Amino acid sequence: MTEAPAVTVEGSARISGQPLFGPLRLEMAAGSWTCLLGPSGVGKSSLLRLVAGLGSGIDFVGTLAANDGEPLEGRISYMAQDDLLFPWLTVLENTQLGARLRRETPDPARAMNMLERVGLSDHASKRPAQLSGGQKQRVALARTLIEDRPIALLDEPFSALDARTRAEMQDLAARLLAGRTVLLVTHEPGEAARLGHKIVVMNETGLQSTSGPKSDPVRAITGAETLSLQSELHELLMARP
Amino acid sequence: MTTLRNGLISTALAIFLWWLLVALTGLPPFILPSPERVATALWTSRVTIAENAVVTIAEVLIGLVLGAVLGALTAIMLATFPLARTLVRPILVFFQAVPVFALAPILTLWLGYGILSKLVMTLIIIFFPVTSAFYDGLTRTPQGFLDLAQVMRVTPTQVMLRIRIPNALPSLASGLRLAAVYAPIGAVIGEWVGASKGLGYLMLLSNGRAQTDVMFAALIVLAGFTVLLHWTVDRMAERLTRHYAPDQN
Repeated sequence: MTEAPAVTVEGSARISGQPLFGPLRLEMAAGSWTCLLGPSGVGKSSLLRLVAGLGSGIDFVGTLAANDGEPLEGRISYMAQDDLLFPWLTVLENTQLGARLRRETPDPARAMNMLERVGLSDHASKRPAQLSGGQKQRVALARTLIEDRPIALLDEPFSALDARTRAEMQDLAARLLAGRTVLLVTHEPGEAARLGHKIVVMNETGLQSTSGPKSDPVRAITGAETLSLQSELHELLMARP
Repeated sequence: MTTLRNGLISTALAIFLWWLLVALTGLPPFILPSPERVATALWTSRVTIAENAVVTIAEVLIGLVLGAVLGALTAIMLATFPLARTLVRPILVFFQAVPVFALAPILTLWLGYGILSKLVMTLIIIFFPVTSAFYDGLTRTPQGFLDLAQVMRVTPTQVMLRIRIPNALPSLASGLRLAAVYAPIGAVIGEWVGASKGLGYLMLLSNGRAQTDVMFAALIVLAGFTVLLHWTVDRMAERLTRHYAPDQN
């Protein structure tokens, strides 16, 4: 992996003539987790899609750049709420999806190593249909890791999981994606409070940064700072314009 | 095995009802021959029936393969090129609206009384279900797969070959299942309009000679073949697409 850059989005966006968000400015610090928290429909996923290069249909006016001046294209990996596993491929093949689709020579040993890190090496030859929701999302994480991109964009990847599985996935993702510039979009204050180096609340009026967590993530679910952050975030979320 | 047993039981029941109908109404054999008469005709005319069946089966199988290949290629072309979609789709819809029966005499006029006109007839009748089912599947790739491919910087060709086509295989399979049922219809229509061989020709001929029992025997062979063809295609499609069906969880 190359050095993780900081990424800045500044501007406003419209979709078929309707204002989507902004003007706003979001800075993602290099090599750390930025959590973008907000209710459904305020455009936080659109903001992430814009950074991912998936913004066709979004009229964006402004700048989107990494601080090292290099283009973002090809330096991003992406994880969505849906695991996006291909049902016709095995777990191992899904893990190597990027290489397969780009017709590069896959490296099964490396893929097995990734599966081991997410705790699924025993399931390598299974099909996604044979896995639980949490296991599938772990394969998706392995597929994200093997791409080895300095920037990771996570669009509510844990929101469909049960509480315990979600907490395990958060720990795993925080550990394995450490050192990368991560943008995590979530509607779950508890998730932001556990994972963010920086937490930004997005609502109809724009972005509001919190005072900033003092300790480093991952924070304990019931830790004092997590809980106080969580209530602060709740209040910010409940405030209506 | 339960399916097989149930099939045998319902076949036996149907034959019994047929026999009962003939016995009770006393219909003359040239209107409705009894099961025994048809069985006898099937045995005594076995060589004639087999000779004609081979022709029809060849027409159906070759037409099915050609129609499936052509239909699948057309669907891929439509899904790949927006221009093809704009230009070709209306033509396809128009042709689909033309009753295939109406085309049969023209095809015979153009292509003669031989196997070619029947092949083309079969091909046309199965081309549309295959094309439209597969095309539908190709346009229904989950957006998330396409997003992922875009972030992974995958070329459009690879997206088509490795995502859209595999994802649409279950739809292609549904199209092929329909095609397997339609294909014999195409061949028989072609034979009715003008032929010197084939089960459709044999049925028409025996009808003209009031050999209703032979006509029924040919019909039973045709129906048996259609059921077998449908079953085979169904099993093949299932094997092929076992892992391709959308995730059930």
